Amino acid sequence: MSFIEAHELVKTYSPRGGPTVYALNGLNLDVPQGTVQALLGPNGAGKTTAVKVFTTLIRPDSGSATIDGIDVGTHGDRIRPMIGVSGQYAAVDENLTGFENLDMVGRLYHLGARASRARATELIELFELTEAQNRPVKGFSGGMRRRIDLAGAIVMRPRVLFLDEPTTGLDPRSRLGMWDIITRLVGEGTTVFLTTQYLEEADRLADDIAVIDGGKVIAQGTADELKASVGGQRIELSLVSEADSAVALEVLRRHGSDEPVLSAEGRTLAVRVAEGPAALQRVLAELHSADVALHDAGMRRPTLDDVFLTLTGHAASADSEGEAAA
Amino acid sequence: MTVPATAHRPSLDGPASAAPSSLSTWFSDGWVATKRNMIKIKRVPDILVFTTLQPIMFVLLFSYVYAGVIDIPGSDYKEFIMAGIFAQTVVFGSTYSGSAMAQDLKDGIIDRFRTLPMSPSAVLIGRTNGDLFINTVSMVVMIGTGLVVGWRVRSSLLEALAGVALLLFFAYALSWVLAFLGMCVRSPEVINNVSFLVLFPLTFISNAFVPAESLPTPLRIFAEYNPVSALVQSARELFGNVPPEARGVSDAWTIQNPILTVLIGIVVMLVIFVPLSIRKFSRISTR
Repeated sequence: MSFIEAHELVKTYSPRGGPTVYALNGLNLDVPQGTVQALLGPNGAGKTTAVKVFTTLIRPDSGSATIDGIDVGTHGDRIRPMIGVSGQYAAVDENLTGFENLDMVGRLYHLGARASRARATELIELFELTEAQNRPVKGFSGGMRRRIDLAGAIVMRPRVLFLDEPTTGLDPRSRLGMWDIITRLVGEGTTVFLTTQYLEEADRLADDIAVIDGGKVIAQGTADELKASVGGQRIELSLVSEADSAVALEVLRRHGSDEPVLSAEGRTLAVRVAEGPAALQRVLAELHSADVALHDAGMRRPTLDDVFLTLTGHAASADSEGEAAA
Repeated sequence: MTVPATAHRPSLDGPASAAPSSLSTWFSDGWVATKRNMIKIKRVPDILVFTTLQPIMFVLLFSYVYAGVIDIPGSDYKEFIMAGIFAQTVVFGSTYSGSAMAQDLKDGIIDRFRTLPMSPSAVLIGRTNGDLFINTVSMVVMIGTGLVVGWRVRSSLLEALAGVALLLFFAYALSWVLAFLGMCVRSPEVINNVSFLVLFPLTFISNAFVPAESLPTPLRIFAEYNPVSALVQSARELFGNVPPEARGVSDAWTIQNPILTVLIGIVVMLVIFVPLSIRKFSRISTR
């Protein structure tokens, strides 16, 4: 039986003077206990709204959301003790130290004073926050704030951990650190509900990926299943000179099974092919005789980016920071 | 990030959550939230500076700049003005709740609180307690400064304390109103500007700094029914600072029965805005 369940969730917003926005438009999800579910989608796809519904922050207009059979909308008081939440915007008190933030959360989960302090100390150690321990959070890096926020989400042993874009806006090193922590939490059997706009993140952390666009799930499966659904192998070329792109496109068009894609900067091309290695050999021979110089050439399996592009018709944009509520 | 490879491996295995909702958790949640605001007062020194220096400044300015110009029949202006300064200061002191709730919303920490199994009133209780603390500090400072410049209580200690309590409770109730507005407006800057726009006329078109009778008729009528006037009048009476000549000059009911007016005002503000604020808090979310 599924542990987290969304059935035909709808949530609309009516911006002043604008048309109604469907943040969620019939979202369905089933997440078994002890698994990691990723909700993958671009900004504005409805990821944050879905998390807000499940974490009792907003009520859906229609449809139902349940965790362990308990309705999230009507029994928020029974849901809150069993969830941990860490958001895209670190919800920490700037004026409190790292320790004080965690101790406060512990007390608000109704741990006793001593137990709460002990747990805060333990988490400071676990998240390597020793330098944040006794200094106000104000002035700390985004990565550090995010770690304090995530630590706050697991002060108690949550049955479900909600992570809303846990690494958005983090530098690559902090992102790796965050993945490390999440992987470890998952290893301990917590059910995790994760949203991300990074395909790599979903691929790496999740058991099951639901691709969400326009407030509903448009595809679902493991990373491999999703890639297989796009099918086939690809030839990818990297040109030395942009001037050769027309020639290269022409060659790829002859051997590919669909229209080749030229990157924006004009030097990277890709096309789907039926019988991979043989096609690659022919393509390389033709490019060679046409005197096209290459930086790189090879076969590759479709990435989740390809999946996303195929499913939504637009690329997964991870460029803009800060997802609107919608 | 490396994982400490110790045998003692801190983990998710924190205590399982228990969320008994009872009077004791309500009290404990409120206390935790209050403590948060106390730490903020300690860490953000400008709050405390503003809270202590500004009242001293007002007491000195009004006592020495206006005392020679404004003539209150039968009384010393210093004695007349003190209740007005007290009232103005605590009324403005109650605005912290408005901007703080808006700031918490902006920072996203309201979302953190709302996903915790805590009492929905705790954050608001902690916030309004913070204002009460700030105002109490201001009151102590103002009373001290007032006594130094020559203000005297002409009633009993008990009555004077009742006056102080009335000022603080009125401001406390007003904090709930502003906390509610802060959550509606959602911008700390806007709520600050709006409360100044409303509170400056309220405190100045009153009997706080000049006798209401001396104002032109439309302003006089506004001043007489202005709740701040009733508050000032109550404090003035309880401190024994109303000159005998000034008694019975105004026949407005609110000035005739200032203490009752203020008590009604406090009850009305609390009865309306405590539930309204808690309800609002239970529904809001950042962004």
